[in-house]
Amino acid sequence: MSDATQKLDRRDVLRGLGAAGALAGLAPLYPRAAAAADKLVVGVIYVGPRDDYGYNQAQAQAAAALKKMPGITVVEQEKVPETTDVQKTMGSMIEQDGATLLFPTSFGYFDPHILRMAEKYPKVRFAHCGGLWTEGKHPKSVGSYFGYIDECQYLNGIVAGHTSKSKKLGFIAAKPIPQVLRNINAFTMGARSVDPKITTTLIITGDWSLPVKEAEAAQSLIDQGVDVLTCHVDSPKVVVETAERRGIAVCGYHANQAALAPKGYLTGAEWSWTTPYTTHVKDALAGKPMVNFLRGGLKDGFVKASPYGKAVSEGARKRADAVKAEMMKGDYIIFKGPLKDNTGKTVIDTGVRLKQTEVALEQMNYLVEGVIGKV
Amino acid sequence: MTARAASVRRAAEALTIPIGALAAALALFGVFMAALQHNPLEVYALIYRGAFASAFSWQNTLARAAPLILTALCVALPAQAGLMVIGGEGALVLGGLAAAVTGRLLAGAPTGTVIPAMAAAGMLAGALWIMLAGTLRQYRGVNETISSLLLTYIAIALFNHLVEGPLRDPASLNKPSTAPIGEASMLGMLPGLDVHWGLAYGLVACLAAYVLVRHTTHGFAVRIVGGNAQAARLAGLPVNALVLVTCALGGAAAGLAGMVEVAAVHGSANASLIAGYGYAGILVAFIARQSPLAIVPVAVLVGGISASGGMLQRRLDLPDATVLVLQGLAFVVVLASETMYGRLNPFRSPRA
Repeated sequence: MSDATQKLDRRDVLRGLGAAGALAGLAPLYPRAAAAADKLVVGVIYVGPRDDYGYNQAQAQAAAALKKMPGITVVEQEKVPETTDVQKTMGSMIEQDGATLLFPTSFGYFDPHILRMAEKYPKVRFAHCGGLWTEGKHPKSVGSYFGYIDECQYLNGIVAGHTSKSKKLGFIAAKPIPQVLRNINAFTMGARSVDPKITTTLIITGDWSLPVKEAEAAQSLIDQGVDVLTCHVDSPKVVVETAERRGIAVCGYHANQAALAPKGYLTGAEWSWTTPYTTHVKDALAGKPMVNFLRGGLKDGFVKASPYGKAVSEGARKRADAVKAEMMKGDYIIFKGPLKDNTGKTVIDTGVRLKQTEVALEQMNYLVEGVIGKV
Repeated sequence: MTARAASVRRAAEALTIPIGALAAALALFGVFMAALQHNPLEVYALIYRGAFASAFSWQNTLARAAPLILTALCVALPAQAGLMVIGGEGALVLGGLAAAVTGRLLAGAPTGTVIPAMAAAGMLAGALWIMLAGTLRQYRGVNETISSLLLTYIAIALFNHLVEGPLRDPASLNKPSTAPIGEASMLGMLPGLDVHWGLAYGLVACLAAYVLVRHTTHGFAVRIVGGNAQAARLAGLPVNALVLVTCALGGAAAGLAGMVEVAAVHGSANASLIAGYGYAGILVAFIARQSPLAIVPVAVLVGGISASGGMLQRRLDLPDATVLVLQGLAFVVVLASETMYGRLNPFRSPRA
């Protein structure tokens, strides 16, 4: 540490003298910090509230699973914006809590925040949710984990297609980015595999967490005759609740929202982050180098489908279970030619089969036939 | 009684009342924590450790305070002219966008040119945006509090449209951003600290604002407008011009905050800029009673609360809302304490 920080130390001691005197007796109150020496301390950072029934809750469930593992201490911090705040939060976990493995979970934490902290703390492992880590470009102490959740979206689509009577489905999405478009397309293709007359009406709200707009979008879709809704926003809570109140069916996303819609919840595309979390923790405990690029689908336990709700018919179950069984074997291809977008242009040529690992899928910039909406 | 003794008394009063109010807020927070089965002493210890106990925690606090200093000026400066502008967030995001675009256009030029140009662009964008609210008020009678708030939504929509549309870097797939300004054009850290230059910008801006408001005829005129616009007009002061210039200066401060976020943190403009600094600045300005100099310690305090909030979350498994409770208590008690001015015996001037 430089002179300047030492100066700060002295000033700080002067300023805090009175308080420090009063608090000196409190030192034994920090068993956690003391225990840090022989335990692996894992820090988990969320961009929103941990109990959002969505993106953050899915991560928090994995953190809760880690807490049950022996020899692990988990420290968590929620509602950390993608600014210097997250850098300081990572720094605090490392400096004040002794964390050596961090899960900064928001997509926007990666560049520049994680990269900057990885430079500053080369011995700490940073596992980031998303697919941004690139060989040769990013440090080995940083890694990405992500799941092929479009598989579950496809299954959602099958169940939705069976359930819909009006043949009109609704999708409320945050932003027209590749990851979201892939979900919209998979959902629509799943539904149209049941009945090619089905359409999905898309409303894009513009941001990850806009509860009022999401509720308005849901109302307006239902007013247009949509009878199965789903979404890709940070917290599907509002969409699921609105659907239930209006008496239509709904498919969940991120986490299980069945409790919010006991009547209309069909199934949902859920993350199963416990799998990548456990992998990273075990590697850290064993001192093995971290897996920098960790991906998987249904088969690998990175994603899962919510248990079917009451409203799901026998036919829907059978069909969805059959496709799921193929996906579990690992040989199901969702995106294969010939595939047209909703303007009639061919986007995947006849005979082309895009495996889940294909880079082309991560650059998706179209909506498939049957989606009513624009990118 | 000498004037000197009276001014000492006023200064003592101005220090004692807010500090007393904060102590009261902490005491109330302790009661709240005790009600949740947490030892208040442990909570206080964690707040202290998280925010002020070590060099690291001081830097954590200062880094969080830095953007708030500039956005608070966007409230405090127009307040001198009697305006309640709460739209700093809009000026910040547009300032950030203007800076990012300028930085990109000038990529490769010497740093000594790029950074001032980015700062100028950010300040100009912010200034024009808040002036819009000022213009609507002076010439159309639109309430500036409402208009500046609503303009923020327009600014964010405009920002998102440009960042996700015409100005989007095609390489930014899942996080739409403008093209990066490049490492060479980035603002670094303050020497020896892990806090970026935005803190120094904020301190200089507050000092300049203080001098402007308290020690220039312009500032004096602005305060007269703030006190009674009608009287100012009768006295021949150019009220409209004074209000617009003050709005522009406030907006420039918020625009500069946006430029700092781009140049020191993100390296491009994207949705991460919309982090609520503009709104947090309102809180800071109000607790500072709109005084440019008081903004600095108040921003440090709010930064400290935010830094220690992390500590409370991590050690006691408390939700983030706990910090909002503390912040809310501090805000309410400090505002309520304003009624104490002139009522406490030790600070009263003895009757003649």
